Amino acid sequence: MYELQYSKPSSVNDAVAEVKNSSDAKFLAGGMTMIPTLKARLSSADLLVDLKGSNLSNISVSSSEVVVGSMTRHCDVASSNDIKGSLPALAKLAGGIGDHMVRSCGTIGGSLANNDPAACYPSAVLALDATVVTNERSILAADFFEGMFETALNEDEIITEIKFPIPEKASYIKFPNPASRYAMVGVFMVKKTDEISVAVTGAGENGVFRCKEIEDVLNSNFSLDALDNIQISDDNLTSDIHASAAYRANLIKEMAKKGLKDLI
Amino acid sequence: MEISLKINGKDVKAEVKPNTLLSTFIRENLQLTGTHIGCDTSQCGACAVHLNGDAVKSCAILVAQANGAEITTIEGIANGDELHPMQQAFHENHGLQCGYCTPGMVMSSIKLVENNPNISEEEIRKGLEGNICRCTGYHNIVKSVKQAATVMGG
Ligand SMILES: Cc1cc2nc3c(=O)[nH]c(=O)nc-3n(C[C@H](O)[C@H](O)[C@H](O)COP(=O)(O)OP(=O)(O)OC[C@H]3O[C@@H](n4cnc5c(N)ncnc54)[C@H](O)[C@@H]3O)c2cc1C
Ligand code: FES
Ligand code: FES
Repeated sequence: MYELQYSKPSSVNDAVAEVKNSSDAKFLAGGMTMIPTLKARLSSADLLVDLKGSNLSNISVSSSEVVVGSMTRHCDVASSNDIKGSLPALAKLAGGIGDHMVRSCGTIGGSLANNDPAACYPSAVLALDATVVTNERSILAADFFEGMFETALNEDEIITEIKFPIPEKASYIKFPNPASRYAMVGVFMVKKTDEISVAVTGAGENGVFRCKEIEDVLNSNFSLDALDNIQISDDNLTSDIHASAAYRANLIKEMAKKGLKDLI
Repeated sequence: MEISLKINGKDVKAEVKPNTLLSTFIRENLQLTGTHIGCDTSQCGACAVHLNGDAVKSCAILVAQANGAEITTIEGIANGDELHPMQQAFHENHGLQCGYCTPGMVMSSIKLVENNPNISEEEIRKGLEGNICRCTGYHNIVKSVKQAATVMGG
């Protein structure tokens, strides 16, 4: 790891100011992506600004919304009784990220800011039409993800919380990469009062995406066998050492079929 | 920068470079070499320690982030000559071969059991997803954790 400085300011404003005043500072959350990338010298920073002092880890649930502070760890989302009660698919998603040691460090804000194409949370945020709140503005999910590892965030902008509208039902099914536990394919499905929405992670060449093919079928025929005979196109899907695009296309269908059982 | 933390019940103060990993600090500054480094990718779990009550991968955390924390390493869990029930169970069930993954397995498993005293075999297998063993084939590790769970109060 290259040399760097470390600081832990006690408010969001101070954290933003420290990053603004430095030439190559970066925010640090759980460090589960940041530290390994720094170690491998795939990234560098002159200053790491730790957000742990900024009071951003909290969960609040109302009848219509689940609000999760950006520094809330995966293990806290997974074990929250409030979230298990109102949006169980989100708790399940968090409880399936990596392993229990990763979950006791990694945070929702870090995961979204990083926007790894195989990360789990982006699919929930996109399918649920969640809002990403920062120190500057509110960003709709549809505008937040801008491709692999790219988001609408500015360099000195901090995610403070994520607001998830509570739907009628939701499900998340992941086919994990057996070594890393990241999603080879993960499908987040939501039944809203007027429509079905489906977001896919792990498979897209440009990161997480809404799967129109499945949404269209389910919006006209919401039944258990509706997906049995569909064929997902492998256009714009990833091929890598783990799986071909065609294999991932088939996984999308199979994960969606499983998820559908939880929605009906 | 100066850091101070508690490791295995002892207060430690030290001057460190801010880019020092917690695992490096434990192994090189404190010479507690029971915490192992088995990979470069944060995937193997050989470096597991307890930080403020959670099992974490010490290779993926800066010691600066652990400033002020309470840390337990594999050296800190036995009670004098009396092994921790998890260590004793690994010993009795042949839960290790080369032993490289063992400190991480033991530290990770202790937290799995503490958080779920009646842990099932399936939950143990799932729970140890972040700890990789090249030797044993896992069966005796799972047996060890199951036995320790009954001793630890399940
Ligand atoms: C072995 C392993 C397995 C994993 N498996 C999975 C998996 O199955 N599914 C999955 O989804 N993820 C997985 N992850 C990723 C992990 O869950 C973390 O979510 C992810 O590493 C980022 O979160 P973090 O809190 O660690 O962020 P960090 O690593 O600290 O930061 C990541 C990036 O986000 C920026 N950032 C952090 N917080 C904020 C904020 N509030 N505002 C703005 N920018 C911010 C940082 O500057 C940095 O660029 C895995 C990681 C490991 C090491
Ligand atoms: S050495 Fe820490 S996970 Fe492998
Ligand atoms: S006993 Fe050798 S790696 Fe597990």
